[in-house]
Amino acid sequence: MENNRSFYNEILTEHNVNPYHKTDIKDANYELHGVNPSCGDEITLKLKVDNDKIVDAGYVGDGCAISQASADMMIDLVLGKTKEEALRLADIFFRMIKDEISEDELEELEEAGALQDISHMPARVKCAVLSWHTLEEMFECK
Amino acid sequence: MQYTIEELRAKGAKIRADFPIINDTYSYLDNSATSQKPRQVLDAVRKYYEEENANPLRGLYDLSVIATERYEDAREAVRKFINAKESAEIVFTRNASESLNLIAYSYGRNFIQEGDEIIVSVMEHHSNMLPWQQVAKAVGATIKYLEPLKDGTLLPQALEDIISEKTKLVAITQVSNVLGCLNDIKSLAAIAHKNGAVFVCDGAQSVPHMKVDVQDLDVDFLVFSGHKMLAPMGIGAVYGKKELLDKMPPFLYGGEMIEYVTLEGATYAELPHKFEAGTVNAGGAVGLHAAIDYINDLGFDFIEQRENQLCEYAYKQMIEIPHVHVVGSNNPDNHHGILTFTVDGCHPHDISEIMNAYKVNIRAGHHCAQPLTKWLGLNSTTRASIGFYNNEQDIDRFIECLKQIRGKLGYGE
Repeated sequence: MENNRSFYNEILTEHNVNPYHKTDIKDANYELHGVNPSCGDEITLKLKVDNDKIVDAGYVGDGCAISQASADMMIDLVLGKTKEEALRLADIFFRMIKDEISEDELEELEEAGALQDISHMPARVKCAVLSWHTLEEMFECK
Repeated sequence: MQYTIEELRAKGAKIRADFPIINDTYSYLDNSATSQKPRQVLDAVRKYYEEENANPLRGLYDLSVIATERYEDAREAVRKFINAKESAEIVFTRNASESLNLIAYSYGRNFIQEGDEIIVSVMEHHSNMLPWQQVAKAVGATIKYLEPLKDGTLLPQALEDIISEKTKLVAITQVSNVLGCLNDIKSLAAIAHKNGAVFVCDGAQSVPHMKVDVQDLDVDFLVFSGHKMLAPMGIGAVYGKKELLDKMPPFLYGGEMIEYVTLEGATYAELPHKFEAGTVNAGGAVGLHAAIDYINDLGFDFIEQRENQLCEYAYKQMIEIPHVHVVGSNNPDNHHGILTFTVDGCHPHDISEIMNAYKVNIRAGHHCAQPLTKWLGLNSTTRASIGFYNNEQDIDRFIECLKQIRGKLGYGE
């Protein structure tokens, strides 16, 4: 049971049970729906970007604690950042999942670093990266 | 025969030792996905490959003749098990999904036409839904969906209400892999026949757990998988009434399904070989034969009574846990060992992850019945499914863990 207790830690459960950003952004100028077809996790990510800077962000969706908390923590992190900075954080996040980052980089991810152990749970990786992939796709397509 | 609870426990403990993978460290409660295999089945497969293996139906030497005998003995065992009239009505496949595809391709695409209707129920597993959607698309037929009551009861009257002279085929599962309810196949098939339609029964969740008699039910086709009934993966069967199988073209073309081949074409082998192209899974068939022998020795009286007793034991505790909701009937006898549930605020994948840490193996998701989950107004669910080799301790561990799920996920009670 030890393993499990550490994985569903307080940071993760708090973001899932009481999300800060699970809200619709009415004047968003970026919007993308992300889905994990195999397990049914879904989020719609909405951002308001002004002068290349993410000034407002929110998501709506349904899925497991990992997918939803990850979206919430991601928004915490990218709010106020430029598109380029956000994409760089996405890159660090993806590398964290592959267990390929330095301590300093892990610091940069702030609370999203709480998902570090997912690298040992291959079946749940897709849940953790759903919001980050949605963000990446959103910026790279537009 | 009627067992007392002590007899069920004693016999349960004795046969549990037949399953090498089952031990007291794990609670394996995903039996609807696949069953575990007793030593008797594993030994039979090993003996076949160590002593009797050759390519069946081809060689003229002794070993191939023996292999052919073993394979055909297995077919006869299946015939007896489901009480088909003759063994030519039993076609071996990989599993129930392949069986349903065989019927959809060979029967559906040739005998259902534009403007015709196909009826399936909303509780079908994807494998008894998608092949029919494809047939409808290919030939220009329409699919009508039969809806049960919210607790899973499929009223024969509901079929009467939507069936018409355009209906050519009705496909319904005997036991739902989500709700666990047992459908009244005999009445449903009779309604289909009265209206000139053929009836396909998905027996994947029923054949392993209860006596199924195709002549008594009077279904035109029945399918099931071996791996859900103690046999190895990769062997399953289609039962089809001979007059239907006879008029159907082959499903797959290739080796050992022909009578005579020229560069221009071929005439096809007799039933059932016309549907078994290529080298067959003789080892799997031998395993299925051993599984049937094992089930017959144990008896469906014991299997049903033990599974129902454990199911009721679990159900009664589940409904006492706050925020836990069992999907389907509120009578445990209508669940046939299948307990699908939700926990308020907790996603099934998280539930399953936490259960895994407690060494409880259960299934999370939509259980290959996405339209049903949606129809029930749910997004996804978690399922515990019981086999006769489970015991009270397996259930206790599951219940103990279920009580802690919300706490683990950060909900203060």
